[in-house]
Amino acid sequence: MLLLSHSVAGIILIALTAYVLLGGADFGGGIWDLLADGPRKGRQRDLVARAIGPVWEANHVWLILAMVLLFTCFPRAFARIAIALHVPLTLMLIGIVLRGSAFVFHVYGGGGGRVFAIASLVTPVLLGMCVGAVASGAIGSAAGIPGETFYAVYVAPWLTSFSIAVGLLTLTCFAYLAAVYLTLETTDPELQADFRQRALFSGVWLLMMAGLAFALAPHRNVLDHRLGVLMGVAALAAFGALWQRRYRLARIAAAGQVALILWGWGVAQYPYMLPPDLTIAGAAAPKITLEVVLIAIGVGAIVLFPSLYYLFRVFKGKQEAFGSESPVP
Amino acid sequence: MSDLLAARSQMAVSLAFHIIFAIIGIAMPVLMVIAERRWQRTRDPVYLDLAKRWSRGTAILFAVGAVSGTVLSFELGLLWPRFMELAGPLIGMPFSLEGFAFFTEAIFLGVYLYGWDKVSPRAHLTAGILVAVSGALSGIFVVIANAWMNTPTGYVMVDGVMRGVDPIAAMLTPAAFPQALHMTLAAYAATGLGVAGIHALLLLKNRTNAFNRAALAIGLLVGAPAAILQPISGDLAARYVAHWQPAKLAAMESVYKTQAGAPLKVIPGVEIPYALSLLAFHDPNAVVKGLDSVPRDQWPNVGLVHFSFNLMVLLGTYMAVVSVWAAWLALRKRDLFTHRRLLWALVIAAPCGFIATEAGWMVTELGRQPWIIYGILKTADAVTPMPGLIVPFTAITLLYCALGAIVGWLLYRQIVRSPQT
Repeated sequence: MLLLSHSVAGIILIALTAYVLLGGADFGGGIWDLLADGPRKGRQRDLVARAIGPVWEANHVWLILAMVLLFTCFPRAFARIAIALHVPLTLMLIGIVLRGSAFVFHVYGGGGGRVFAIASLVTPVLLGMCVGAVASGAIGSAAGIPGETFYAVYVAPWLTSFSIAVGLLTLTCFAYLAAVYLTLETTDPELQADFRQRALFSGVWLLMMAGLAFALAPHRNVLDHRLGVLMGVAALAAFGALWQRRYRLARIAAAGQVALILWGWGVAQYPYMLPPDLTIAGAAAPKITLEVVLIAIGVGAIVLFPSLYYLFRVFKGKQEAFGSESPVP
Repeated sequence: MSDLLAARSQMAVSLAFHIIFAIIGIAMPVLMVIAERRWQRTRDPVYLDLAKRWSRGTAILFAVGAVSGTVLSFELGLLWPRFMELAGPLIGMPFSLEGFAFFTEAIFLGVYLYGWDKVSPRAHLTAGILVAVSGALSGIFVVIANAWMNTPTGYVMVDGVMRGVDPIAAMLTPAAFPQALHMTLAAYAATGLGVAGIHALLLLKNRTNAFNRAALAIGLLVGAPAAILQPISGDLAARYVAHWQPAKLAAMESVYKTQAGAPLKVIPGVEIPYALSLLAFHDPNAVVKGLDSVPRDQWPNVGLVHFSFNLMVLLGTYMAVVSVWAAWLALRKRDLFTHRRLLWALVIAAPCGFIATEAGWMVTELGRQPWIIYGILKTADAVTPMPGLIVPFTAITLLYCALGAIVGWLLYRQIVRSPQT
């Protein structure tokens, strides 16, 4: 049972990692749309739209998958999160709706580029704040205490300096990933240089935000030392590769760096799903549900991974000469 | 407005909004694929134009459907945490499978929309077919989860706690098949006739437009068979409701007294003797349970359920009749595209499927009240303890009103304004 529930929890963390590395970068694209600047402003925005267009909906499903696995396999944890984080989750949903619909409206000539960009900026902060609230241990025991004020029960758990720092960290991670990935989405050296510069810039911000979140963390033992060393190695590799314009290597290193931050969170609160008191095993659904879901995941993965591989091969393989594609289908 | 009512209203608005996009997302890929297949076979550019225009429309609708579906998957917990805590392990199975089906749909829609020049024509058509298949599957899985709320199975209740959880038995819940069939047919009927109706209107203005003729033909091809089959699936669904949820059937037909040989109330004052017993149980003398068999505090809103049910049946019947008429004319080799009366009938049918679908969901959701899981958990006991729910309800409602308006305007620009050929 312990192995079973921990396997499913591990799969949820993997799904969240995929969401951050893929879907997160789509939000990051929106941030760079908002911050598009200089003589190549329009081309930067076109590149972002072209990079996100075919994949953002598929990338978005990782979040839904993580959510579905959470409520199926850890219903108690899901119920607690849904009650205590009602406000930021609802705001995040509004952000998700605005980002997605404004993006298609924008692509199909209906305007909305500004809304897309602003929603891309706000939504990751809210997502990070929810993660921060879970990590800080505020959801575990606070939810639904009668007699407390609305603020104490439904706002205080997520409106802390730590969760705001995690929100900003999430934002910089997404922006950083997008900038690094975008260097590979074009063969135009000028655009590559633009996004290389943005990647280096946001990489520095990421380190500062990670430091801030670490400093504000309510528990001291939040970072596993081995993971900390690996994060440092990945960060250095990403900077080095960006510096030398080795963008493929930079992409791997940057993705690794962000994934390690996420896993650092997972390791820090292990074996708790909602610290300080709800363990992974304690929140788990009956054994049979976990077993059946694991089988479903296995079967689903057989369909999913070849399809995903095909999608990324078609759209993210070697780029043709610049200008051969139109941003709008 | 009480918090419970606000939560129910928010759920209703979210479902009512999403369902439109969901059913178009299920059926439009079928229309696109037919158009593309015809283009590949005939090389008639009208079909390519059609496939491309429809795929642009689908892109917009699918994106809004995907994000509004995300909202729903969170809202299940945000508004009804106690329900998810109890039901999650049981209905998680169809939701997990839906997750994978939706993944497949999103992946191949990306290939379809952006891959016109990047993959071979055969691969492109295959991507479209995969979108259509996984879209239908994804809808079916979600409906199965809803079916479980109507006829919960796969557990044993011991001292108020669910034991012996069996997610597979929960998936095979009795309402699953009739509900999934009814909903899938509804998606094809509503969307197919919706498209046919729009192009019928355009043909009434310009009867030689080849684009509109092709669109009308494909819309009818998908919509008419589904609309003709829908009453049969409706009969099946009603018999399941009669057996498993007598209170819902009593509300649908506004039957207050339990009686044998129950008549069917068509409109106030007009009754067909024995017809309700015949319809619900295929036996004119069968006993139909009335609302008197249910404690007063467990009645659904009879007036609203009865009205919604009648509206759905009326609109569905109209769509079936128009579809039979069109099929009959087509079999007699009549030119449908210049048949003014048929075109007008199709124009009227265009919104009917969508209204009927909304009405049908009103029946199934309102008819289940006061239960969120029929006979197990009351909606009032499942709602989140957070006060002030009127605020998110208002925010979501305003957001969806704005989105609906923008989508309508964009679709008008993208599809309706047809090329003047």
